[in-house]
Amino acid sequence: MTNKVSKYLLVILTILTYSCNSSKDKSAETSDADSTKTTAIGFVYVGAKDDYGYNQAHSEGATALKEMSGIKIYEEENVPETMDAQKTMESMINIDGTTLVFPTSFGYFDPHMLEMAKKYPAVSFLHCGGMYDSTKHPANVGSYFGYIDEAVYLSGIVAGYTSKSKKLGYIAAKAIPQVLRNVNAFALGAQSVDPKITVTVIFTGDWFLPVKEAEAANSLADQGIDVITGHVDSPKVLIETAEKRGVYSVGYHTNQAVLAPKGFLTGAVWNWPKVYKDFVEMHLKGKSIAGLHRGGIKEGVVILAPYGAAVSEEAKKKTESVKAEFSTEGGYSIFKGPIVSNTGKIILKEGEVLRQKDPVLESMDYLVKGVIGKVPSN
Amino acid sequence: MEQLLENGKNESLNALIKTLSALLFSFLLFSIFLVVIGASPIEVFSYMLQGSFGSAFSVQNTIIMSAPLLLVAFCTALPAKLGMVVIGGEGALVAGGLGAAVAGYAMKDTSYGLAILAMLIASFLAGGIWIGIIGWLKYAKGANETIVSLLMNYIAIAFLNHLVEGSLRDPASLNKPSTHHIGVEHMLGKLPGTDIHYGVILGIAGAIIMYVIYHRSIFGFSVRIAGGNPKAARLAGLSLRKIIILTFFLGGGMAGLAGFVEVTAVHGKANASLAAGYGYTGILVAFLARQHPIAIIPVTLLFGALAASNGLIQRRCELPDATLIVLQGIIFVTIIGWDAIVAKVNFKGLKSTSFYTYGSKFLANPLSYYRGSYKS
Repeated sequence: MTNKVSKYLLVILTILTYSCNSSKDKSAETSDADSTKTTAIGFVYVGAKDDYGYNQAHSEGATALKEMSGIKIYEEENVPETMDAQKTMESMINIDGTTLVFPTSFGYFDPHMLEMAKKYPAVSFLHCGGMYDSTKHPANVGSYFGYIDEAVYLSGIVAGYTSKSKKLGYIAAKAIPQVLRNVNAFALGAQSVDPKITVTVIFTGDWFLPVKEAEAANSLADQGIDVITGHVDSPKVLIETAEKRGVYSVGYHTNQAVLAPKGFLTGAVWNWPKVYKDFVEMHLKGKSIAGLHRGGIKEGVVILAPYGAAVSEEAKKKTESVKAEFSTEGGYSIFKGPIVSNTGKIILKEGEVLRQKDPVLESMDYLVKGVIGKVPSN
Repeated sequence: MEQLLENGKNESLNALIKTLSALLFSFLLFSIFLVVIGASPIEVFSYMLQGSFGSAFSVQNTIIMSAPLLLVAFCTALPAKLGMVVIGGEGALVAGGLGAAVAGYAMKDTSYGLAILAMLIASFLAGGIWIGIIGWLKYAKGANETIVSLLMNYIAIAFLNHLVEGSLRDPASLNKPSTHHIGVEHMLGKLPGTDIHYGVILGIAGAIIMYVIYHRSIFGFSVRIAGGNPKAARLAGLSLRKIIILTFFLGGGMAGLAGFVEVTAVHGKANASLAAGYGYTGILVAFLARQHPIAIIPVTLLFGALAASNGLIQRRCELPDATLIVLQGIIFVTIIGWDAIVAKVNFKGLKSTSFYTYGSKFLANPLSYYRGSYKS
């Protein structure tokens, strides 16, 4: 019985090999033609392009590039951080002829993008949020990220002014440094308005769990919390739930105002259209994109979503003045002493300041005083 | 006995023709779907071919994409030989990957061969015990293996997250919690001159071994008797306990090896990326291959091809990622319903064999087929 099966399989395989040989030359031609005329640029997303969140923010950046001449954008969504990610990049390079690839998810960096960067030294790779180290990593690799905690801090000020119960809620995916930094910035921003303000944090455990996020938003609203924000890949559900429950919401990643016309206050938004245009111009001019690229409010990497109807003039005035301070040469420091963690540990003494570029901030493992919640590994 | 063998041959041929015709029909339905959403089927199919078999790169891509599916499919395929539907491949893969990562880190300073062997055994045992528990629950407590295996997936993933974000966490893995790296020098190599890692060879070897066990051994024969009629099997003096638990163990072990491949050939460590949905695609693979260990190989290639060409279709036709998931869904539904559709048709004048009458019954209502405990 295996004989017959294997015979049939052989026939199928022969047909397949035959057909692939015939299309081989064609594909080579098209990719050559593409690369001579235009510069192909690839974008890889870990989730859906229209998630009202992390991936949409990147996709909006890619869309903004389409108006530039002489380039062709290739986008691929829902690419998991597995071998899929490597093969997607490789397929973009081999079949589409891309010379610049943006793997936009943190988990693409190691090992997936590093493997590809080693294998294709002539292609440039720009990774979002990676832990770049010029001594260890290949020369065709660059890393970009923004000090989004600045925009989160500003939205914390807005939330602090708007909240009546003085209780804010934060729905977070995982207790990793990047997320903790945002939770703390939000709390510190709100506490700059009123030191008694508390922020209740709920960790859902993963980046995209719409059902848990809705449950979390409901449970926060049940506790009398009147401003809800979060750090998950797609804050869509939590903002919609907040609107349904009649509480205010603060966005993240991209502008979610359309989801909550009544309760949306503002939000921290990635300004990828600007960042990507800058990078592509560098790339077209033949400049190296290698190295660490960081920026905040001042550099225009992160912005604040337009204020909602519920934001008072007083709140706007205060927020704008701090925003202006972020843009000055000296800057404005979010993490300045005294800062005590919510377990009573002294983090920064009076007078101590952590500047945005300080690597200590990238390994944050505490929640500040006034945050109700626990870092699981502590 | 000769009659039995002859029937077996006819069965295989019949199964092949039926599967191919079902596939063809699925592609036809998919074309209609494409036309309805305003895409050109010819364009989509040509990109599908280019992305999966269009060049040396694409062929290798297809093979690499099929690697985890090949092993994980056995988690569903083997218990199905007993008429049981196990969908716990994802959990077993995660357990196996975790086992490999822990063993790999513990054996970091030993020789290559020893480290690989330790990881291989650890992942097989982890996956095997994980699914073996379900087999025991089924045999001794009459628990529904489908529901239990599905729920065990969530437990495995939660367990993985708990460990990689807690006690097994490498402190250097800041924003993507992971276990410690097993060491670059202990990673699985690639076939000379290609991009294909040895995990593919492991998968093919595993499939052949499972074929020998389940189709060419006395144990396999007793499994088929037990699958056909558990009461008759018990009357014949076969140990259902042994048969069920061992089959579940082997199925889970194979899926555990898929975790081994993910850790040793791709990630080098265990983290949330282990739960990438391979276990669920593996269920489709097992059904499409009609649980035959050798047939699983070409079927995984088909799914590998879909995965490999998915990106190209997205990028060139600007179709959403869900497009090929629709195709997978159409294939699955067609395969399941195909027996009912063509029940009256006898290919080459063959009589519909017992496999189909039995198979379609259990596919139509797997939950009602066996109730209660086997231990009585």
